[in-house]
Amino acid sequence: MNRPVLELRNISKTFPGVKALDGVELQLYPGQVTALIGENGAGKSTLVKVLTGIYAPDGGDILIDDKPVTMQAATDAKRHGISAIHQEAVMFDELTVTENIFINNQSRNMFGLLDWKLMRTRAKTLLEYLDVNIDPDLPLRELSVAHKHLVSFAAALSINSNIVIMDEPTASLSHHEIQELYRLVRRLRDEGKAILFISHKFDEIFEICDRYTVFRDGQFVGAGEISDVTQDDLVAMMVGRTVNQIYPKIETEIGDTVMSVNGLSHPTEFDDIDFNLRKGEILGFYGLVGAGRSEVMQALFGLTRTSSGSMNLNDKPFKPRNPGDAIDQGLVYVPEDRQHQGTILTLPIFQNITLPQLGGLSRSGFIDMAREYDVARKYATRLQLKAASLSENVENLSGGNQQKVVIGKWLATNPNVIIVDEPTKGIDIGSKAAVHKFMGELVAQGLSVIMVSSELPEIMGMADRVIVMHEGRIVARFDRDDMTAEAIVTAATGAS
Amino acid sequence: MKNTSLIGKLISHREWLLAGIIALMLVGVGSTAPFFISPGNLAEVFDDTAILIMLACAQMLVILTRCIDLSVASNIAFTGMCVALINVAYPDTPALVTLIMSIGIGGVLGAFNGILVWLVGIPSIVVTLGTMSIYRGFVFLLSGGEWVNAHEMTPQFLALPRATFLDLTVLSWIAIAVTIIMLVFTRFTKTGLSIFAVGGNPKAAVYSGLNVGKYQFITFCISGAVAGMCGYLWVSRYAVAYVEVAVAFELQVVAACVIGGISIAGGIGTIWGAALGAIFLGLINNALPVIGISPFWQLAISGLVIVLAVIINSRSEKRGGRRILREAHR
Repeated sequence: MNRPVLELRNISKTFPGVKALDGVELQLYPGQVTALIGENGAGKSTLVKVLTGIYAPDGGDILIDDKPVTMQAATDAKRHGISAIHQEAVMFDELTVTENIFINNQSRNMFGLLDWKLMRTRAKTLLEYLDVNIDPDLPLRELSVAHKHLVSFAAALSINSNIVIMDEPTASLSHHEIQELYRLVRRLRDEGKAILFISHKFDEIFEICDRYTVFRDGQFVGAGEISDVTQDDLVAMMVGRTVNQIYPKIETEIGDTVMSVNGLSHPTEFDDIDFNLRKGEILGFYGLVGAGRSEVMQALFGLTRTSSGSMNLNDKPFKPRNPGDAIDQGLVYVPEDRQHQGTILTLPIFQNITLPQLGGLSRSGFIDMAREYDVARKYATRLQLKAASLSENVENLSGGNQQKVVIGKWLATNPNVIIVDEPTKGIDIGSKAAVHKFMGELVAQGLSVIMVSSELPEIMGMADRVIVMHEGRIVARFDRDDMTAEAIVTAATGAS
Repeated sequence: MKNTSLIGKLISHREWLLAGIIALMLVGVGSTAPFFISPGNLAEVFDDTAILIMLACAQMLVILTRCIDLSVASNIAFTGMCVALINVAYPDTPALVTLIMSIGIGGVLGAFNGILVWLVGIPSIVVTLGTMSIYRGFVFLLSGGEWVNAHEMTPQFLALPRATFLDLTVLSWIAIAVTIIMLVFTRFTKTGLSIFAVGGNPKAAVYSGLNVGKYQFITFCISGAVAGMCGYLWVSRYAVAYVEVAVAFELQVVAACVIGGISIAGGIGTIWGAALGAIFLGLINNALPVIGISPFWQLAISGLVIVLAVIINSRSEKRGGRRILREAHR
């Protein structure tokens, strides 16, 4: 075995309240693809940020070619020959393709000015190497998600790096595009580059990776050759427990249809969405990032206009013009992005909880603080919210507790349909379990829940039925009895 | 979905739209007052607008990084007073040295804004609202409230902006030079490109190894330096320095940027746009009296144009959805 080109020893990184990385290690070898595997929240993305100089680790060593290095900024990573393709599109929509590729790696002419002619030619060469036909002069905002992704590849390749990090590169790609990507990864590997491939899709890990490293809850669990392990081995390392233990599904009596949606369409985001929701049911919506699930939910909540289709809620036509309408008729939406859409971080807990129903809590325009406190206390208790006092600002709470405030806020309006979008994204295991338990209690009380989730175990553990979306359309439906991980994932990737 | 309608095309080429409106205005005013579009008068109008053009170009850079510099007018007054007093104390100072000093003094004031924004992390609107008053207060402290009048200034000090070359004043030539330098700077330097990047997507900028605060600092330095230079040019052109020089002029500068299509949200804008926005305002200020519209209407019309420009900007910046469906249908 040759020597690792990059080695991490005992790397730790702590954020307020969360130990994101706890003494992890990692080795990358030239000419090999190493998979980094772990559940959401295992610390994969934090590791990528440490490797690319976005976060400075609290402790531990980074060695490149056996020499310790420090990473203070993204420019250090570039200097050490590390380039990364990030999970989120971190590019510039208003700049052209060429400008994006060379944003920090420009060519200059003899006057020291930027040589756009040369960069344009180099951009063309890079895009040809990637086998993609993109006009290098187009502004990035005019490209599709997949093409944007390829531009970020080109940007990563424009730096002559020995180490390439790919953070869930296939998350938003179609089946065909994924095959193209594999070809590319193999080519880079054959050119002797060390590749870190982050993914939680086992089919692709077994298809293109040579080695694996597994993290769980910010800790290093194991590493080795892919050929020595089976999928079950990796799953066991990843979760360290079985699915049934994490998802205590409460069996509920499923009643009549509460809500029906027929042929709901939007000009650009989704098309022909049909489904029913029954009383006491958790309906799961699964799909890859960007499949259009959140867009559908926002339309149900009156945030976006639809072009055609109809909805019924409680046997009455339901056509919300704005979220206020939807709330009045008993449908609420707990958004994915807590920090931006869910809570007002600088307000205290009790005001956040009562925000959607201030009208009912005030007399002649003045808010009745005592009643406000009562309502807030009731839901905080039900949700087992951990906070020093209800007057504490939401920004001081942990992620899981913030999520509880958001859910409590909507429950306090007494809805009969509650939509939760990625309810446990980015929160710790303990809070996850509390949120799941709570969702079970909600349906037991006769509410209906639509749960949008990208976490397969969560969907399979919690949902009574699953609807799978791909590119804005419903592509499959499963009942609890006949859902399998393989079938759901296959449908979500658009493979037939 | 591409905008295929005529309006859509026009809006996406905002600079052309603005240039067209300016041409129409010239034709319109010229038909009632032909002397207005004589080359001599147009040169005068340009001379009158030159300072606004330079300040708008510099302000654009600041706005591109999602900041704003409200202290430019106070910077003009302070630097103008400084160089006027230096001229009184050392009458032998050559005009060119005065010009370079004014750039330096203004640059220091700009750097102070920039440091507060970058290293102390205070929002730029707060910083420059504060320094706007501080710098203006310094003018009073320097001068004791006294005016420096034309007869106290040396002929060389006064001559620089007024000298003509090829029928245009040196002031006009300086504005043209600044505009060209800015064009090259924004298009052909790493710093220029990075300024667009940090404003367009600060998060992506960090991932690309760009220091957002540093580039904000740089734009404040540039804005300050240009304002300082304009301070000298202003004081010598109007041949007087006093505390209230250029009061509220920063609003015209920001307005020129907005009219020129520079997005207040950062990341979008061109030097052409800023320069045309300034020319447009300059034309309105100069043309309305010519066609007999009262000064009160001038203010209202300028204000109306700014509101219209903001509406057009916000329309064209509104982006479509993420386009999840393969083929969009209407």
